[in-house]
Amino acid sequence: MSTVSEQTAVESTESKVEHPIAPYLRMDRMPHIWCPTCGIGTVVKCYATALGEAGVDLDKVAIVSGIGCTGRVAGYMNLDAFHTTHGRAIPFATGLKLGRPELLVTVFSGDGDLVGIGGNHFIHTARRNMDLLVILVNNFIYGMTGGQNAPTTPLTAKTSTMPYGNFENPFNLPHLAASCGASYVARWTCLHTRRLTKSFKEALGRKGFRFIEVIAPCSTLYARLNRLGTGFELMRFYHDNAEIRHDADLNDVAIDFQGKIVCGKFVDEERPTFIDLMHAHYERTLGDKYRPMPPEGGWIHE
Amino acid sequence: MKTDPAGVLTGAHYLDGDFACGEGAMAAGCRFVAGYPITPSTEVVERISRRFPMMGGTFIQMEDELASMAAVVGASWTGTKCLTVTSGPGFSLMMENIGLAAMMETPCVVVDVQRGGPSTGLPTMVGQADMMQARWGSHGDYELIALCPQSPQEAFDLMIDAFNLSEIYRIPVMFMMDECVGHMTEKVVIPEADQIEIVPRKLTSQTPEEFLPYRVNGGYVPEFARAGDGYRFHTTGLTHNEHGYPVMSAECQEQNVRRLIYKIRDNADQIVRFEDDGVDGADIVLVTYGITARVAQMAMEMAREQGVKVGMMRLIIAWPFPEKRIKELAGKIKAFVVPEVNYGQMVLEVQRCAEGLAPAVLVSHGGGGVHEPETIVEAIMGAAK
Ligand code: SF4
Repeated sequence: MSTVSEQTAVESTESKVEHPIAPYLRMDRMPHIWCPTCGIGTVVKCYATALGEAGVDLDKVAIVSGIGCTGRVAGYMNLDAFHTTHGRAIPFATGLKLGRPELLVTVFSGDGDLVGIGGNHFIHTARRNMDLLVILVNNFIYGMTGGQNAPTTPLTAKTSTMPYGNFENPFNLPHLAASCGASYVARWTCLHTRRLTKSFKEALGRKGFRFIEVIAPCSTLYARLNRLGTGFELMRFYHDNAEIRHDADLNDVAIDFQGKIVCGKFVDEERPTFIDLMHAHYERTLGDKYRPMPPEGGWIHE
Repeated sequence: MKTDPAGVLTGAHYLDGDFACGEGAMAAGCRFVAGYPITPSTEVVERISRRFPMMGGTFIQMEDELASMAAVVGASWTGTKCLTVTSGPGFSLMMENIGLAAMMETPCVVVDVQRGGPSTGLPTMVGQADMMQARWGSHGDYELIALCPQSPQEAFDLMIDAFNLSEIYRIPVMFMMDECVGHMTEKVVIPEADQIEIVPRKLTSQTPEEFLPYRVNGGYVPEFARAGDGYRFHTTGLTHNEHGYPVMSAECQEQNVRRLIYKIRDNADQIVRFEDDGVDGADIVLVTYGITARVAQMAMEMAREQGVKVGMMRLIIAWPFPEKRIKELAGKIKAFVVPEVNYGQMVLEVQRCAEGLAPAVLVSHGGGGVHEPETIVEAIMGAAK
């Protein structure tokens, strides 16, 4: 992210050429708050690029974040953007989608937010196959509050609240999402910018609960507490340890401390969404009496 | 404007308070409800979920009350009128996102059919012990409006007002029913749709280029833009400036939160609503609300037969509280008597506003039933001495 904003600053003063993703960002809010070599900015860059490549109507795209470092993403995107409460981005987004079904709603938040405090919402919304693109940036730690243990912290990794190493089992998120009923499940690291962008673009064109986990470095806390080196070394780690296996058995994609990171598109199935099922069911049971909410929403006006 | 006839079940019906409340919401134009089952409020969403598919409404049963309230706040940003319904334990969970609704200035209505507490308490039996929670339950400073119906008819009528007030002030409105009102069945007359005035979500007339989501130009309530209309606005639960951008400073806090408070305080004279019965010339004034107002009515008549000059002030809107009226009466009467199905909540407000000019006597009932009128009469007689 810092590279993006620096480039923009340089280009706008010297050559007046706008950075390609500047139109997708709130440039009036730059510089952002993320640390140098944090991975979140890269994920934002890929998402913005995918929005452009997918050719979606940006006026109809809404983005919802919860709380945390990744929770700040909504605040930097030049879309209808909601920075909500901790853990509640998914149910908030569910309301937005159902209140105006034509919206394309993205949830963009962190691991602590979406599967720690928000875990119950995550599993139920996947179960409903609610029409949401859920981007989860997994940095294995609570970043904003100072490096506490997360439900994704690998066993033995050190965190500020597990200073002798984590002894709790972490979630295997692709497995969790798939077993709950998500229609699209992928995992990438933020080294895989091309594949990640492609995955975002593809998922923007799909329906249902689309879950993309992005492994990203928290250089300030996770990497420092565990002595994993600088941003460059973290990227090299991804390069050496990420393994692309689209057909992986999801039982086997849990992440061990400094172990292999199995990436890929694990699930891509067209399955009826909550809204599809609701329409079909009421059409069947109520016939002509059924009056669905119009795509533009239930707003009553003169 | 007149409401959408699709939601109006015109006619005379025999309904319980929960059903009447649901009918009121649909008549007010509510088209999105997220809820989680909890006694004694569930009948409200059962009613709505049966009728919604025929009027373009969507009901979703969420995984918990945290999610219900979050979904309601989200849906309201599409301009769709939104409701959630609960009772004490769920009301506690909703407090987090009631605060978000207050901070983001999101119109919505929250029904709490009160039961005995604390904790799981008395799930199927009456209480009125969430009145302070309705006002103060979420952290930080904010103001909101709370209504207290005393009958199924009022559950219908006041629901329309609740939605309208939420639109006018862009706030979450608390609809403080109680188990007795929720479960009592009485005649409810629902008028024709063209007799029901609703306040629609007023959208900004500014262009996306000029629009700022929290600019008020010296007023109290900012203009609204719906998600999906091209405004590309940002909103947050963080302290924010008129752009809706977070600003972590005492100055921004003052500008942001002062307005949340004073949009209600400065308009309290228009919002406050109560009903007087024989208050002029009374020595004793009962201050009541909800089901207890109906019990107190009988007590008042009994005390009057014994020669006491007693009147009653029934709170229709409990928050904002009728401070001025209480103070004015305090200078003229001997005492206030405040029966409540709790161990003393609104009585504290009466005491505060009376400023020592007249005592306010609590007649408490812990919940699980209503007062015996005699208990209230006794308190009246004691206060009249
Ligand atoms: S604390 Fe970690 S996750 Fe948060 S911005 Fe810094 S590097 Fe990124």
